[in-house]
Formats: sequence, C-alpha cells, structure tokens
Amino acid sequence: MRSLSEIETVSKRSSRAAGYSWGIAEEVAKNIRLLEIFNLPGVKNLNSFFKKKKKLSLDMISAVNQDNVANRDGYCPIIAGVNVLDQIKTLEKLNQVNFKKVLYPLLFLPFISRATAVIGKRIFLKIDDKEFLLNFNNNIYSNYSKNEIIESANNVYLKVIENRDSFNDDEWNELYKLSEETFVEENESLKQGGAGAGLTDND
Amino acid sequence: MNVELRDPNVVMKLSRLGSFHQSKLSFLRSFLNEFKEWDYKRDLFELDEHGYGIAVYSFKKKNRVYSLICFANELDENERSDRVIATKWDAAFTLHDGIPTKQDIERLRNEVPKQEFGRLSFKELTLSRANKSVRVFNHVVENLSEGKQPDRNLLNSVGYLYRTTAVYGSGKFGLADRFRIKDREEIYGPFRLEMMLVYLVRQFTFDQVNHVAKIKNPKKAVKLDENICKSLGIGNSTGLGMAPFIVNHPTLLNNWISAREIALKKIREIKKISKKNQNIFLECLKKSIKNITSWNTESEYQINKIKSLLKDLNEFIIYLDNNFNFEQDYAFNELYLHLEKKYCEECIEYVVSMMMEPYDDIVLPLIKEMSSEEEKYFNIPTERTVEDLKLILEKKYPDILTIDFTKDENNLNFWFISKNKEEPRLANRFDEMGAELEQPLAIARDIKRLHDLLLKVNNNWTIAKFLSTNNELRHIVRRAFIVEKFPYSEIQDNTIGKTIVPIDMLRLKLSFFGALKFDPRSDKWLRICMFQGAPLPDQLKNYDEHWVYN
Repeated sequence: MRSLSEIETVSKRSSRAAGYSWGIAEEVAKNIRLLEIFNLPGVKNLNSFFKKKKKLSLDMISAVNQDNVANRDGYCPIIAGVNVLDQIKTLEKLNQVNFKKVLYPLLFLPFISRATAVIGKRIFLKIDDKEFLLNFNNNIYSNYSKNEIIESANNVYLKVIENRDSFNDDEWNELYKLSEETFVEENESLKQGGAGAGLTDND
Repeated sequence: MNVELRDPNVVMKLSRLGSFHQSKLSFLRSFLNEFKEWDYKRDLFELDEHGYGIAVYSFKKKNRVYSLICFANELDENERSDRVIATKWDAAFTLHDGIPTKQDIERLRNEVPKQEFGRLSFKELTLSRANKSVRVFNHVVENLSEGKQPDRNLLNSVGYLYRTTAVYGSGKFGLADRFRIKDREEIYGPFRLEMMLVYLVRQFTFDQVNHVAKIKNPKKAVKLDENICKSLGIGNSTGLGMAPFIVNHPTLLNNWISAREIALKKIREIKKISKKNQNIFLECLKKSIKNITSWNTESEYQINKIKSLLKDLNEFIIYLDNNFNFEQDYAFNELYLHLEKKYCEECIEYVVSMMMEPYDDIVLPLIKEMSSEEEKYFNIPTERTVEDLKLILEKKYPDILTIDFTKDENNLNFWFISKNKEEPRLANRFDEMGAELEQPLAIARDIKRLHDLLLKVNNNWTIAKFLSTNNELRHIVRRAFIVEKFPYSEIQDNTIGKTIVPIDMLRLKLSFFGALKFDPRSDKWLRICMFQGAPLPDQLKNYDEHWVYN
C-alpha cells in the first residue's frame, strides 16, 4: 500500500511535469491526498487526466462568475478549482456557482472541500447526478462511491449552505428540557453555599 | 528586564546556521530523556558465527511497544559503499510498531535489506541501513577474541563500529504516515523514532561484535568494556538529501530555531545566576573542550572553523575565570553581549548551547513545541491585498531584496532531483544540463521576482485577483504568508549563489539531531557521529544528563 506521503509527493511532481506551476502542484498534491483519505479515486483520475491532457483543449478560467460556460473541451479541473478556492470569499455571496462542462470533475472536488474550511460553511456540490455534501473539509457525505474515472461532467454546481440548525425550536426545547433532568433543584442552603462567588457583587 | 529575541536576519544567515552545535534541545538528547523510563529488552538474537542473522530490540511502556528489527547480511568487500548509489549494506533495520509476529519478520526479511527498492507497511515507522567500519570492527573482534580490550586511540579516532547512510521515516517506501502516530505523547518531539532506531542500532553493533568475538574464541573472548561502548556512537554519512528538507518545512524550521531563541532569551533575562547553575555551565563548557580537541577531519574548511572555535573558547574561558563576575545581575546577558562583540559565530553558538545546560525548567517545555502542524498554514489568505504581501516581503526579506539576480554569480546553481536515486542535487546551471527542471528551492530569487512583480500591480488588488493571472509564483506567495507568522522559518540567504556552502544547511539540521564532530568530506556531504558518550540502554533509568561532555 502506498502511504499518503508517497501519494502527495508523486502527485506534486507529476503535476509539475504536466505543466502546472510548483504552487499549483502543491495544491494538487494536498488534494489527491485528501481524495484518497476519503476513499475517492484521486490517483486514478489524476493519472488519467495527465495522460490525456495534451490532447484536450482546456478552458483555463481565471475570474469565476455565477455562470461559467466552457467554450472548448471543458474546464481544466485544477485551474478552475484553484480559482474557486482563491475566490471563495467572493463566490460565497453568489449562493450558487454553475459550471458547464468540467473535465475530470473529481479533481475539482477537493478544492471545494478545502473552500468549506476557509468560509466555515458547508457546500453542496453536484457533479451531474452525483451529490456531495462537503463538511468543513472534515468529511464528505455522498451518494457516490465508485472507484472509477470520471472524464467529464456537463453540469457542475456548488451551493453554499448557510450555517443553520438542522432542527426546529420545538425539537430543541424538548431535548433541552430532558437535559435539565440532570440538574439539582437548589434549596436556600445550596444557594448560599454551592457557588463560589458571594451573594452580592458589592462586598 | 526584557531581552529581545535575536533578529532572524542575523540568526537565519547560512554562516550562522552552519555554526550551530548540539544542545539540550537536540533530538537525540530529548529522545533519551523521554524514553529513560521505558523498559528496554533484547527480544531476539539469532546471529551465526559471522554475525549474520536477525536481532530484535524493544522499548516498552504499558501497552506500547517499539521494536527494532535488525538484519545483518554478508557483504562483499567490493559492494560496501556509503554512497547513495549503494544497493547492499552490512545491516538493514526497521522500527516496527508493536511486537512483530513471525510473519512480520518473514515479510520484512525480504523487504528491509532492499531499502529504497523494498516495500514497508503502515506497521513500520522508520527504515535504515548501515555499513561497518571494517577496520575498527575487525580490530575489536580480534582483540576481544584474544581476551583483550581494543586500542582506544583507534576507536576514538573513528568513534563508531557502524555508520548509517540514511534513516527514513514519515511514509517513505510505504512506512507509516505521520498522521497515524502524531498524537502519541512520547513522540511529540521531532524525529523521535528516527533517534530510537539509531540508538538501538548502536546497541546492536556492540552485541554483534561481542557475539562474533565469542564464537571465534569461546574460551578466551571477553566482552567489549562498557565504558568503551559508551564512548562509541553511530556514524552517519549525510549528503544533500537533508538540505531541501529545511527549505520545504518552513514552520518546522521555525519551531526548532524558535525554541533555541526563546531559551536564549529567557536565560539572558535571569537576574541572578545561582552558584549551582554557574558551576553546571562552567563545568560543561570546560569539559566539552575535549569534544573539540578530539574532533578529527581532513576538511580544510572545518579545520579552520575548529581552530578558530578552539582559540576563541580558550580565550573565553580565560575571560570567564579571570575577568567575569557571575554575581552581577543578568550575568548571562552580559556574557552573551560580550560574545557577540569578541568572538566568531561558531564560538557564539557553541556557548549559547552551553548556556542551556543548567536550565531544564526553561528548555524541557520548549521541546514539545518543536514539532509542527504544517497543514494548518497551507492555505493562502487570498482575501489579503497586494500591499500586505509587499510589506511582508520588505519587512521579512530586507537583505534578500537587495540581491541582483541578473548577475550570474547570484544565480549560478540549481537544485534538482536525480533520476537515478530520486535524491536532491545541486549543479551549476551554466555548465550542466537540466536547469529547466529546477526544484522550487531558489527561495531568495523567487522572493525577489515576486516583489518585482508586485511593484507593477495595484496595491488594492486582493491576492485572489493577483494569483488568478500570476500563479507561477504561487509557491512563494504561500511561503511569504507563512514567514509573516513564523519569523525563523526562512534561511535569509541565497541558496543558489556562487558562495553557497550546502553543508551549512546539513550542519544546521544535524546540530538539532544532536550530532557531534561534523566531518565535511566535500562541500556537499559530511560524516558525523551520534550518541557518542550516551548511556547504554540498560543504564537509562539513571544517567548523567550532561553525558555529552563526559
């Protein structure tokens, strides 16, 4: 079994060899490590992308907008991902960002996962019919778990999920009330002696 | 009194870093301190009459066990080489996490001797190999088998029976990734498990030499005297592989240097030096001179450094004995200021290391701060502005920004990875091919490039906007924001210039390892000795913490 350290090193060097700057190669290395930690096929997709890259006509996006439509074979997942990560604080205000055709979209995913940690919000990512809930770069919840190469996706969108409770006030209050059953009702004596501070603030 | 931390622009110059010496912060000393309470055991020792076979040594505490597995093999005289191109060694080692099963040992028997060409698993933590000093090893066997102790002069001149040529860890060749073990308290200090491997290998070398001598002449043979064992360490040949490490791990480098600088600051801030602490300092300093007078090297570069160190130290000791008043307030601060005024960098840093000797209360807490969670600082704060970045560069790299990289002498060399051994190398870019595959280790040049580029764009741009069209220097933008937070994370020198002495970079790292007797064999590799004078494993529960100077 390859260690994550080996995966990171080889991903970095191969990304540089594939024509990316050292700084971007560093990003890719972290991303492939991340995908492999989450048991997603990072090495497999990166290898396939680099083998085909020279034959592809890639759209290299720089400024990311709400709607982004590729004119050539599709967006480079690495350049698109780097720019989403870099621009996420602006993009989060857009609520939803759409891409028409992203090549090797699994390589785009870890950038978005890392972006969730930057903004402190979850992001819902949809790659055609595959759904991913990216949780603060700690885990990925998904309906997809195949060990396969995804060469492209026609529709990719990401939606920032505002930090909200997943329950209503009634549910909270009911649970809170139950939690109160671990408390001791204070009589006068406990009120006087149970706390460290004095009873008045003017002593 | 508040003493300022030393200026990174002084401390982080290569000539200064290349003058660092071992100290109480050094990893091999902190390893011994951490593991002194652990139970040491030789679990298996199955060597034949030539000393070939398998041995297992362990450290155990509660449910945690670390086991060194040693494979000693026959090696043809012509195959023995310390160079990285070697493919066979006298012995190969791995540190296994837990107690190895028979299956583990069988698996490792096939893999460990192959080193870089073998595959380890997440159950193995470190990997190494070593070659005998044949001359010394045979001499010791001959004498022990005749019932005599070996010639101490010969042993002292070499310092070890074996020398390692590489020690690998952190996920190399399938070894366990650091994330699997990083939360274990006993390995909070850096390179703990690498140190453990080397330390246990040292014991193996003694056991092996005793075993071979005993088999050779069972009736007459004696064991190698314990005091002689203690006086021997493990040699190490180190090439350029170590140099990029300190560039590639800026926060780790910061934490090492920062621990040293904070220790020095706190010691200089002590108002009254107790008699006891004065004596520890003076005794260590005076005794340590023998480590310098017994420091053998053929390198003219190092001979000159040793000469000036010895001259300065002798003068300094005379000054201490005759002119210095230790009873004055802030005596160590006065001493430090005197050192800076009068002595060479090698001497200054030597004495700085000595100043730490009395102060466990200052030094020991800092050791736990010497590791780093590098991932935390990886993301670039792209909401910051070009102006912010420009100011960081101007504040943190004042000397580097004055270097003219259009001059060939300042841009003479390039770092690359050799295809043969996947190891870092340095070459002249104008004489050799391959500069287009340069590694991103020309930090000074790239900082200057970035600064030049920033001067041409709008100060109010965010870094996100800047990077969207300038990703070529992304690695250096990331670095600048790290340096902003970690003042000692950057070498404040040009690592590709004509005057670069790469062994300064090795020396820095090796001093933190705790190595002694740096012996440069060229400007690109050197030999050192580790654990020379250290207590033996069965003496660990009660040993003199100043053993380095005894």
